[in-house]
Amino acid sequence: MARLNSPEELEKVRQDISSRRDPKKPCISICAGTGCIACGTSEVISAFKREIGKQGLKDQVDLRSTGCHGFCERGPIVVIDPEEICYLQVTPGDVSEIISQTLKEKKIIDRLLYVDQVTGAKTVKESDIPFYKNQKRIIFGPNRKIDPQNIEDYLAIGGYRALAKALFQMTPEQVIGEVKTSKLRGRGGAGFPTGVKWEAARKAKGEPKYVVVNCDEGDPGAYMDRSVMEGNPHSVIEGLIIGAYAIGAHEGFVYVRQEYPLAVNNLGIAIQQDEEHGLLGKNILGSGFDFDVKVHRGAGAFVCGEETALLMSLEGKAGEPKPRPPYPAVKGLWDKPTNINNVETWANVPLIINQGADAFASIGTEGSKGTKIFSLVGKISNTGLVEVPMGIPLRDVVYKIGGGIPGGKKFKAMQTGGPSGGCIPEQLLDLKVGFDELTQAGSMMGSGGMIVMDEDTCMVDVARYFIDFLTEESCGKCVPCREGLRQMHKILTRITRGKGKEGDIETLQVLAETAAEASLCALGKTAPNPFLSTLRYFRDEYEAHIKEKRCPALSCKELISYYIDPAKCRACMICLKKCPAKAIDGGKKKIHIIDQEKCTNCGNCFEVCPSRFGAVKKISGEPVPPPIPEPERTITRESKDT
Amino acid sequence: MSEITLQIDGKEVRATEGMTVLEAARKAGISIPTLCHHEKLAPFGGCRLCVVEAEFRGQKRLVAACAYPVEKDLVVRTRSEKIDRIRRSLLELLLAHAPDSPELKELAGQYGADKDHFEKEAMFCIHCGLCVRYCSEIKKMNAVGFVDRGIRKEISFIPELALKECNGCKECFPLCPTSYLQAAFVLTEALASPAASTGTMSKK
Repeated sequence: MARLNSPEELEKVRQDISSRRDPKKPCISICAGTGCIACGTSEVISAFKREIGKQGLKDQVDLRSTGCHGFCERGPIVVIDPEEICYLQVTPGDVSEIISQTLKEKKIIDRLLYVDQVTGAKTVKESDIPFYKNQKRIIFGPNRKIDPQNIEDYLAIGGYRALAKALFQMTPEQVIGEVKTSKLRGRGGAGFPTGVKWEAARKAKGEPKYVVVNCDEGDPGAYMDRSVMEGNPHSVIEGLIIGAYAIGAHEGFVYVRQEYPLAVNNLGIAIQQDEEHGLLGKNILGSGFDFDVKVHRGAGAFVCGEETALLMSLEGKAGEPKPRPPYPAVKGLWDKPTNINNVETWANVPLIINQGADAFASIGTEGSKGTKIFSLVGKISNTGLVEVPMGIPLRDVVYKIGGGIPGGKKFKAMQTGGPSGGCIPEQLLDLKVGFDELTQAGSMMGSGGMIVMDEDTCMVDVARYFIDFLTEESCGKCVPCREGLRQMHKILTRITRGKGKEGDIETLQVLAETAAEASLCALGKTAPNPFLSTLRYFRDEYEAHIKEKRCPALSCKELISYYIDPAKCRACMICLKKCPAKAIDGGKKKIHIIDQEKCTNCGNCFEVCPSRFGAVKKISGEPVPPPIPEPERTITRESKDT
Repeated sequence: MSEITLQIDGKEVRATEGMTVLEAARKAGISIPTLCHHEKLAPFGGCRLCVVEAEFRGQKRLVAACAYPVEKDLVVRTRSEKIDRIRRSLLELLLAHAPDSPELKELAGQYGADKDHFEKEAMFCIHCGLCVRYCSEIKKMNAVGFVDRGIRKEISFIPELALKECNGCKECFPLCPTSYLQAAFVLTEALASPAASTGTMSKK
C-alpha cells in the first residue's frame, strides 16, 4: 500500500478494504494471545491452515490470528463469524470436525461450547457468554477483530480516523481540552488526570519534547497492557501520535518489557507499517506534523514502571527514581519536557477523539470515567482479562463475570492494584470500581491486577508474600523502602512461622508509616499497603498467629499439624503409602497414626485421604491429641459397620 | 533569580528561586539532619532523614528538604511528633547496619533511637552514596559504584580503576559515615593485587 498523503486518501483506502471484504464470508478468528499460545493455539492454527488447504476452502473462508480475547481460562478460543460461534478449549483434533460440521454444514458442535456450571445451559455466541456479556469492552473488544500484524484490519474498524480528525480538525489545545473534558485518568496506577498532565508538558519550556508509552507491566499476575500491546498495537500508537501532536513532541518512545517478545514483535511490525503508510515519520497524512517512535526494551525491573525510574532507564542509566519535583512534564527525558502514559491510557485516546469527550465521560462514576481492564486471577472460576465500566460493583466482577470461587469455597478477599495494592474483604464487595473508591478502602486501582482469594488463604502470609516481592524489587535507593521493607519482611516471616511476639504489630505499623510517608517514590510509598490493608480487615489473624501460634486459614505450614481421626480412619493405607517422610504408622485393619516428629507438614495425607472417610485433619493452635492405645487400633468388622 | 519568601518553623525566610528547602533553612540558621546530603553534590534524596512537613495552598505533605525546591508562601515545619517518629525509625533501621557510626550515634541520641531495635545486619554500608556520587560528579572518575539493587545493593570499587586512581585521591574516605568504604577499598586492593594486601600499595 502506498503512502497516505491526506485524510481523504486514508478514507479511500478504508473503503477499498471494506469493499474487498464480504461480511457474509465465514471468518475463523483464533486467539493467539500469550495465554492461548501457552494452551497450544499455535498447533490449532496450523491445523486450521492444513485442513482449509486440504478441503480446498482457501477462497471461501478467512483465517485470522488475533490478539487476546480475554477468556484465558478456556483457551484456545476459536470464534467463527458471521454467526459468532464460539468454541472453547479447542485442540488440533477438533479442527477437521469444525471445518466439516460448522463451516460446511452450519452445525454447532455442542461439546466445544461454553457450558454454564450451574444450569448446564450451553451458549453459542461469544458475546452471550456471561463472562463477556457483563463486560464493556471498548478498548479490549477490538482485539477479537484484528490480526495485530495486519494494519488493514485496524483500518477496517476505523483505525487512524481519530488521528486524522485531531491533525486536521483540531488544534493541539482543542485536543488537550477534549482529553481534559473526558476526565480520563492515568491507567498506570496513580490515576492522575491525563489532560492536565498533557497541558503541563505542552506549557513547559524546552525543546525537544518527548512522549513515552509505559509498557513495563511488572505486577505478578497482571497482563492487560501486554495483551493490548500484543493484540492491538496500532491503537496505542494512534493515541501516542495524537498525544505528541497535542503536546508538541516529535519523538516518542515505547518502553516495553523484554519479557514480552510477542508485544515487542507486533509493535515493531505496527511501527514499520505506519512508517510505510505515512502514519509515522515526516508530514503525517500530509498534515505537516512529524513524529517518530522508537522501541526500548526494558530489562525487567518492577521499579521501572515508576515514571522517573523508567526515564532513567531510557537514558541508559540504572532504573532508580528521582525526587519529584521537578516532574517529568517539566524536566523529564534528558531533562526535557516529557509526557509519559500507560499503554491503556494511550489506547483510550483515539476513542475519546472519535466519540467525543462527553460520550466517554458518560461511562463511569463522578471521579472515574470510562472503562478499566483488569486481570482477574487467583481463586476464581473464569481467569482472564476483563474490561468493565468504572463504577461496577466488585461483586459483579467476582460473580457475574468471574463465575465465583471454584470448588465450593468461600470468598475471602480480593487484592487489587498489584503487589502494592491492598486486600478488600467480603463485607466491602459492593464497593464500586473507581480510583478514589479503592483508595479509600485501603487498596488502589493500580494498573489493574485483581487477585481473588478464598477461605484457605492466610492473610498474614499474603502480606508476607507481597512484601517479599516488593523487597526484591525495591531499587534500594532510599532507606524507608530498602531497609523498612527488609525489616517488615523479616517480621512478617517470623509471624507466619509462629515466632511472632508482642509488639510486632506496632513495629510493623511504624515501619509502614515511615515507608508510606518518607519514601522517595510511589513504590515505597505504597509498599506497606498489603500489610496495612490486611491488618485493617483481618487483624484477628495477625493476633491469632502472634498470641496463639495459630493460623486460622490453616495455611502457614509451621503452625499446622496433621492428625488422623481414629474414629474415621478405615486403615485404607493410601496416606501411608503416599507419605514421603514415612511418618505414618499403620497397616491393614490397623488405624493409622502420624508420627509428629517425622511429619514434614507436606499435606499429602490430607490430599489423598478419600473424601468419604475425611479422616486426616489439619489443626492449628491446639495440641495434637495423643495416639490411641495400641490395642484399640485394630479395626474389627463391627467397628466398620458402625 | 528572584527572591522569594517562605516560612520555616514560623520564621520568615528569604531565599532565591531554585534553592532547596534545606539550603534556605541552613542559610537561616535552622538545622535539619542529613546523611546523604553534600553541598557540592546534586540532591540525592536517599536517606530521607531530612523529611519536613511542607504546606502549600492548604495541602500538607512530607517532603525531603534536600531535594524540594523553595516556593513562594511555602510553609515548612522541620519538627513534629510525626517527623521525629519517622527520623527515629530511619535511624534505627540504619543502626542495624552501623551501630558504632559516630554520626548515627549522635543523631540517635537526639531522636531517641534504639540501636538494638532491629537485628544487626552484616553490612556496615548505609547506602548514602556519598562516595559513589563524589567520585562521579566531582572527580569524574567512577572508580566506585553501586552494584545490584534493593537489599542486595552494595558499593564496589572497580579494581582496575581503583588501583590506578584511588591511592592518589581518597577524597571520598572522610565522607563515609561508617567504616565500610575503607573496608571495601582494602578488600579491592587485596583481591586485585595480592602483593598489595600487605598495605605496601597504600603506603606509597
